[in-house]
Amino acid sequence: MFELRYLPNVVTLKLDSDKCIGCGMCAEVCPHAVFTLENKRARIADRDACMECGACAKNCIAGAVSVKSGVGCAAAVIRGIVGGGEPTCGCSSTPAN
Amino acid sequence: MKQTTAKESVGRPPEGQQPEPPLEDKPTCGCGQSPSKTKAAVHNDAPRIEGVIRTEAGTVPRVKTELDLIDHLGAWRARWGIRRMSYSVQPGLYAVGNPTPQSLVLVSANYKLSFDRLRSNLSGRDAWIMALDTKGINVWCAAGKGTFGTDEIVHRLETVGLKDTVSHRKLVLPQLAAPGVSAHEVKRRTGFSVVYGPVRAEDLPAFLDAGMRATAETRLIRFTLYDRLVLIPVELTNWLLYVAIIAAAMFILSGVGPGIFSFGRVVDAGPLTVSLFLGAFLTGTVAVPILLPYLPGRSFSLKGASAGLLFVSAMQLYAWQHGGLFDGRLSVAAWFLLAPAVASFVGMNFTGSSTYTSLSGVLREMRVAVPIQTVCAVLGLGLWLVGRFI
Repeated sequence: MFELRYLPNVVTLKLDSDKCIGCGMCAEVCPHAVFTLENKRARIADRDACMECGACAKNCIAGAVSVKSGVGCAAAVIRGIVGGGEPTCGCSSTPAN
Repeated sequence: MKQTTAKESVGRPPEGQQPEPPLEDKPTCGCGQSPSKTKAAVHNDAPRIEGVIRTEAGTVPRVKTELDLIDHLGAWRARWGIRRMSYSVQPGLYAVGNPTPQSLVLVSANYKLSFDRLRSNLSGRDAWIMALDTKGINVWCAAGKGTFGTDEIVHRLETVGLKDTVSHRKLVLPQLAAPGVSAHEVKRRTGFSVVYGPVRAEDLPAFLDAGMRATAETRLIRFTLYDRLVLIPVELTNWLLYVAIIAAAMFILSGVGPGIFSFGRVVDAGPLTVSLFLGAFLTGTVAVPILLPYLPGRSFSLKGASAGLLFVSAMQLYAWQHGGLFDGRLSVAAWFLLAPAVASFVGMNFTGSSTYTSLSGVLREMRVAVPIQTVCAVLGLGLWLVGRFI
């Protein structure tokens, strides 16, 4: 109830189970608990929770995870269209930590 | 990412001196702020140094774990977007407590808000803090840009001489650095293994006490009411220029009417027009973040549009009872298009501040929302102008 969930069936996250070595790094770095480990293999448990930050792919030593990462920011998209090129984030207004 | 090409200073300042403030150009912020380069302003942001620690690799300044009034004021200032892009600490190695070569190394960004969050959660502990040069940007955003990245870690390790400072080969990174850092690459290139700590620095003490094990809960990013509230000031600041221009234009356009233009009408209708516009804008910047979980739909543009519709409906209810808010029926129709369009556009831009929107999702919602917002805004403006002649 009143959960913050974004649009379904849209993210570019892919997991190649054959390459997975079950190290669990993807599950560890994901801030939205997208992955779970089952029988020493990673599984995408909550795909729609993915925000395409790219942490999982970047930290997968086996190269089993791929995602087209980027900033989910409308202002960045507009800036990308106006200025040309990829959407770039110009600010740092997410909660600092 | 390329290694930083900016002017490099020594990682450890001479004994007894505060680290020199970074003076290299900051990346320009697309949110309408100009980076401040005043030396004095940056220098004041340096954390309070209390003594130094001597190591094999030189002397390391020691920082307090208590935040002073100036740190709180600085945080408040940064939250309002005032000289936020220069609210940074000098990249390099710092000490907390009385660290030894066996003490932990915690890696942080050189945005002072991030650095302060970290050190204030290390009270009573002995540790090293390695502040990366993230150009004064917080951990998560810097990781997204790649400035909090593998290359910078490798480079900073060498610059501060970490291998001579500590005897172990372990780095503790905030979990939100993971989009920029490849743990196995760091290990391969430096011999240091990376341990990802919890998302929030507040959970760091529990993480360290549990033998560097993060609970599932502390691995999740949240977006609580408080998290959303602290973002509102900088949202307001970022929009300020655009809003001022549009408000001024609408104020002047209020004078349009029979006889083309009249200053009397500007005085009569201008304040109300500007108020309605500002109301719609504040609906998008303030009400949308606060009411985010309760507004219908998943896309931010829909949430914004609903909030805008709610706002203009409330105004209409008020007008029915008290009158005088809108100039005629066309004006009512105009505002029923304009307010949702404005709130929708502004609300849509809050995706950039949210902690859970994906780029693919934002692109999908924009493809639908931006054309509708444009049509509503143009139509609304047209009706509003035509209505002034009737």
